[in-house]
Amino acid sequence: MKKLMLGNEAFARGLYEAGCKLVSSYPGTPSTEITEEVAKYDEVYAEWAPNEKVAMEAALGASIAGARSFCGMKHVGLNVAADPLYTAAYTGVNGGMVIAVADDQGMHSSQNEQDSRHHAIASKVPMLEPSDSAECRDFVKLAYDISEQFDTPVIVRMSTRVAHSQSIVDTEERVELELKEYTKNPRKYVMMPAFAKGRHVFVEERTKKLAEYAETSALNRIENSESKELGIITNGAAYQYVKEALGDSAAVLKLGMVNPLPEKLIHDFCAEYERIIVVEELDGIIESHCRNIGVTNVEGKSIFGNIGEISSAQIRKAVLGTENESTVLEEEIPVRPPVMCAGCPHRGLFYCLKKLDITVSGDIGCYTLGAAAPLNAVDTTICMGASISALHGFNKVRGSESEHKTVAVIGDSTFMHSGMTGLVNIAYNNSNSTVIILDNSITGMTGHQQNPTTGKNLKGDPAAAVDLEQLCRAIGIKRVRVVDPYKLAETEAAIKEELTADEASVIISRRPCALLKYVKHNPPFKVDADKCVGCKQCMKLGCPAISIKEGKAVIDHTQCVGCGICMEQCRLGAINE
Amino acid sequence: METKSIMIVGVGGQGSLLASRLLGSVLLDSGFDVKVSEVHGMSQRGGSVVTYVKYGDKVYSPIIEKGEADIVVSFEMLEAARSLPYLKKGGLLVTSTQQIDPMPVITGAAAYPEDLAEKIKAAGADIVTADALSLAEQAGSAKASNVVLMGVLSKYMDFSAELWQNALEKCVPAKFLEMNKTAFRLGAEL
Repeated sequence: MKKLMLGNEAFARGLYEAGCKLVSSYPGTPSTEITEEVAKYDEVYAEWAPNEKVAMEAALGASIAGARSFCGMKHVGLNVAADPLYTAAYTGVNGGMVIAVADDQGMHSSQNEQDSRHHAIASKVPMLEPSDSAECRDFVKLAYDISEQFDTPVIVRMSTRVAHSQSIVDTEERVELELKEYTKNPRKYVMMPAFAKGRHVFVEERTKKLAEYAETSALNRIENSESKELGIITNGAAYQYVKEALGDSAAVLKLGMVNPLPEKLIHDFCAEYERIIVVEELDGIIESHCRNIGVTNVEGKSIFGNIGEISSAQIRKAVLGTENESTVLEEEIPVRPPVMCAGCPHRGLFYCLKKLDITVSGDIGCYTLGAAAPLNAVDTTICMGASISALHGFNKVRGSESEHKTVAVIGDSTFMHSGMTGLVNIAYNNSNSTVIILDNSITGMTGHQQNPTTGKNLKGDPAAAVDLEQLCRAIGIKRVRVVDPYKLAETEAAIKEELTADEASVIISRRPCALLKYVKHNPPFKVDADKCVGCKQCMKLGCPAISIKEGKAVIDHTQCVGCGICMEQCRLGAINE
Repeated sequence: METKSIMIVGVGGQGSLLASRLLGSVLLDSGFDVKVSEVHGMSQRGGSVVTYVKYGDKVYSPIIEKGEADIVVSFEMLEAARSLPYLKKGGLLVTSTQQIDPMPVITGAAAYPEDLAEKIKAAGADIVTADALSLAEQAGSAKASNVVLMGVLSKYMDFSAELWQNALEKCVPAKFLEMNKTAFRLGAEL
């Protein structure tokens, strides 16, 4: 049946059809929907793991046990899972194992723009890269065959545009597979030096075989070979931009397998054409490979650079020298950056931190938006969990004065992911740091995924819930307290008190995300225009529902959810229910 | 058929995903090759949101570049103005008259430009405006502005009412279906 599917949905369909039995992932844009979609098939066991390392180890365990398994993550998640990846490359698999890594060219929703192909090269694991939804499904199924044939995990690289574009997919039935036999085999699965040395030899031989496979695999194909002047080598989403811009006017070598890269296929292709342009997003990996194998008539990064996405317009301009005409409006259009939603529980907390002029060590999640105007409350954002560990280091060198005016902020899901270990470090190595856990009862930014603190699993069924207060105490933090960030005075007082204390503390700022379906909203608040003097005090909250019209504050009733922090903060009592 | 491009723009949370899925469903059922490119993640949080829908005999890139959109559907005036460079010469802009202040306007760092519809017209674009928010509220929920605008759009595309109704039934949860059908009708009757 033909269906319009997101790349991620088609990926999930491929997992289902290939007989995948276990899925363990951590959410991360743009990879999240693969796991959400596959969870809809009852035949596949699917879970959210606390982080990508745990997810990959669970998938590897299932593979060793004889099942086809999968784990999915975004590019930075693969850094977290790099440890098991580099050794899974040695152990190889029993049942096939597929890993999705979704790169975010253009950084639509990420803190860096790394090119995950480097991980495939460094770990010596094969990597496939689809260009549309139909290929997502097909490549996943092929990835399992490669995994089992060559005894290796296989990475399928996604990108924002492939993951989040819908195109037409044909579906097939699922193939139900029996578990493969598990037999104890320490030389393959116990990676201590004596055995790992043997496996390294195997890995090098396997890479040679995979490179041979790449020479003739249907994953790599040539289109329009009759064109004689220009040859394009491309991969992933960029293939679509090439075809859009140049149609059938250039010969195209489309690489569906991006690691290892074929030598002879590329060499022969390049020999056919006067000019070779490599159109690949981010780093010039294919281009460097061309030069390494002696191709000299190649260009790529000198035209497109290695930052952001490539567009069909760029290709058209570079190759054909043409540009589209467009309509121009002579008007300054103010930018519209993302903001914390109306009623977001993080707003009250950041308002208090800003008011107290606290240095804030930030983390990854919706609350990163606390860095934006007008709150401007966040000082640093690095990676998952870094808020807590970096605060510890910051305070160790700046001493007691710093300890009394700095905090770390971290969401519930991010705390479970890799914040806990940082808190252990604070307790164990005794820094008087204050950590605020923003517990909004969900993984927010990626679109509401359950996590180990929410009491529900991926399928929405009841699950064990981590008791954050008990956990922090068990780690060795004696001062643990809970505040409601909708109550500004209470929240501010708690922050002051914990910063004054001469030991480490944790404040749990607890209030569910305002977008959760079960959260009941109050009726919108109103501004009494007679009492409002237009002092703009309420504007300091940065609430998208409040604006100033003709010198007075106005609340947009379509956005306001009645959280009431503007009322609490208005000194003139001009805002009412 | 040559590829046609429709761009849907608005503010995160206004329901551009549903609108693009409705359109995608109509186009798929009409036998076209279709690509729909969506935005997920951080930019959804109240930021500018852009969705691309392309259809024809064979669609390659899911992205619409400057000067390529045959039609732009906008849920908000400022976003309509922002999208203008993407409109093809002689293309059509269908926009809601709703205005949502972006944060730089809220903080006073910038002003919301005035008379945008007139300025867009003066720049040479064919523009259709609709008070989609009021019509949506009339249908039962401010959230249905997206479907009102799909109703308006349907007047400028050559697809049967039945195809649109089927799409609504496929894409909208049962308990909101009637309300959305009303919203669509109010837009289409404009």
